[in-house]
Amino acid sequence: MSANHSTQTASQRYAWLATVVLSSVIFVFLMAPILAIVPLSFSSGAYLTYPLPGFSLRWYEDFLNSPRWMLSLKNSAIIGVASAILSMVLGTLASLGLAQWKSKWKPLVLALVLSPMVVPVVITAVGVYFFFAPLGLTGNYLGLILAHTALATPFVVITVSATLQGFDMTLARAAASLGAPPIMTFRRVILPLILPGLASGALFAFATSFDEVVTVLFLAGPEQRTLPREMFSGIRENISPTITAVAVVLTVISIGLLTMIELLRRRNERLKGNAP
Amino acid sequence: MTAAIVVGAEMPLKRRLRRAERARQLRALGLVLPLFLFLLFTFVIPIAGMIWRSVDDWEVPQVLPHTVAALSDWNGQDLPSETAFAALAGDLQAARAAGTVAVAAKRLNYVVNGSRTVLTSTARNLKTAPEPGTAKATLIGLNPAWGERATWAAIKSASGPVTAYYLLGAVDLTRDVNGAIVATPEDQAIYRDVFARTFTIGFGVTALCLLLGFPVAYLLANLPTAQSNMLMIFVLLPFWTSLLVRTCAWIVILQGEGIVNGSLQWLGVIDEPLRLIYNRFGVYMAMTHVLLPFMILPLYSVMRSISPAYMRAAASLGAPPATAFLRIYLPQTIPGIGAGCLLVFILAIGYYITPALVGGAGDQMISAFIAFYTTETVNWGLASALGAVLLLSTLVLALVYGKLALGRQTTGGLKN
Repeated sequence: MSANHSTQTASQRYAWLATVVLSSVIFVFLMAPILAIVPLSFSSGAYLTYPLPGFSLRWYEDFLNSPRWMLSLKNSAIIGVASAILSMVLGTLASLGLAQWKSKWKPLVLALVLSPMVVPVVITAVGVYFFFAPLGLTGNYLGLILAHTALATPFVVITVSATLQGFDMTLARAAASLGAPPIMTFRRVILPLILPGLASGALFAFATSFDEVVTVLFLAGPEQRTLPREMFSGIRENISPTITAVAVVLTVISIGLLTMIELLRRRNERLKGNAP
Repeated sequence: MTAAIVVGAEMPLKRRLRRAERARQLRALGLVLPLFLFLLFTFVIPIAGMIWRSVDDWEVPQVLPHTVAALSDWNGQDLPSETAFAALAGDLQAARAAGTVAVAAKRLNYVVNGSRTVLTSTARNLKTAPEPGTAKATLIGLNPAWGERATWAAIKSASGPVTAYYLLGAVDLTRDVNGAIVATPEDQAIYRDVFARTFTIGFGVTALCLLLGFPVAYLLANLPTAQSNMLMIFVLLPFWTSLLVRTCAWIVILQGEGIVNGSLQWLGVIDEPLRLIYNRFGVYMAMTHVLLPFMILPLYSVMRSISPAYMRAAASLGAPPATAFLRIYLPQTIPGIGAGCLLVFILAIGYYITPALVGGAGDQMISAFIAFYTTETVNWGLASALGAVLLLSTLVLALVYGKLALGRQTTGGLKN
């Protein structure tokens, strides 16, 4: 609509201009929180107000020197990586199976596999808490990893299934006709081609676990508090500038994950042969 | 002769193909099975267990088994027989020895306020088993509440094995002394309000997201790809930023000495800081921000697929731009509007973290009460019942969403 200005009437141009202006305001609204918090984290003062009294890295130092924050960073990394690996393995196997499986039960199984994404997390968390507590799965890593894997797997299934949809099955048949056993076909033909999809699935899973706080509230003991869990308590009590530094660190990690996924997506598009 | 050979050769081939296909299907099933079993253990059974807890009535039958048995043929009109009193006396002494009186007392207290003390004090003061035939007199002597029909009706109503008590309670209903379903007393009836508030906030956030998301999606869908990909970063970056980071940022922006109040005071628009956070305004602001990308992405994917030829056709047939937009463009975006609204609403009514951090006491949604009854007051029956009601609402909406999204063969803009 914007492309062809010569055919537009004046009112259409005004409507388009209004859309642009309105959208710009909404983009500011979307970016405002991130933009507001970054400068505060570099403030030399202890109050979260503008104008900043000066520049300093003291709040980042505070973060790096705090055993509590470092423990939570370690916990988040351990739980995130473990649930990403576990959900990638389970999710990829299931996606491969679902791509070939023909049954009237398939929609039901698919709905079940995707439902952790839809069911309010507090319900999953409470249910898992009731179920895990007598099994000794609260207050340790294993329970949290299992719960986070359940929440993250739908994202892996969606990502890998989308990749498989673009996968040319004749390649697998060609390999089979040349005498490759199924395992070899998978390892040498299918896997290299769907690897970008698997990697983005794993990144999604990691991001899901890394940002999750509700199940951690119920299942974690003091020794398993994750970064978002520490932030939750921090925000509840009073927001210290250290939290803004942590927030910036988390945002940088998010940007890193987003960039990696975007690069993988482009690579996948290229492999499929429909690059822009 | 030749025909016979062909037929003879064809049958085994068909069977072989069928067998190969069956093996393929079994292999496919085998690949899905690990995840299926995993989710059974970490998701399905826990949630089924939670739903069971919302009707499970185990406390009184476990602590007062003989009393429950003795009351099984009680008519509920007069006081129970001497046998029931004797059974209760026996049960109470056994429970006191086992230290389980409090379990039953807590359960009975839900039915009739004050039963807790009646039960615990009677158990404490009942030093020896009453002489045969004097149980009734002894218990009423210890606490006159045992001479009231309501106390016994409470025990009878909590006799299990299942109860509708928690589920009724979750929608502000209860049973009176005669077992009829009535409204919960005014001062305890809060959950209908909480559900109404949850749905109000859900609707409000959905409406705000649609209002803000529509122009952005329209702009992104109608810009050249290179430009829209650039601007898409403004949608995806907040989408990927941690929920806690965004919630924290809104507090920093909106608080009393925050950026908004600071700027307004500096400009001289206001003298006193406005109260923008820890109230409903803050909840709407933060939740709309968090959920806006979930509206923009499905809207964008639908708008992107609308051919500009329709609008050109409308214009060439003489429709003014506004008419063409309302009659031609807008109807084609309805699948996207439907998917986006449902998605945002489903996610909004389950929110816990954001309202907990930026809302006041009167802005807490149903999830907060579920968490509260699970960890703070340990009323797992009520927590489960509230959870069951929320789950039911979510699943009904998700089913509608599934029909919409599957119909269009997209993932509705979910992270993929």
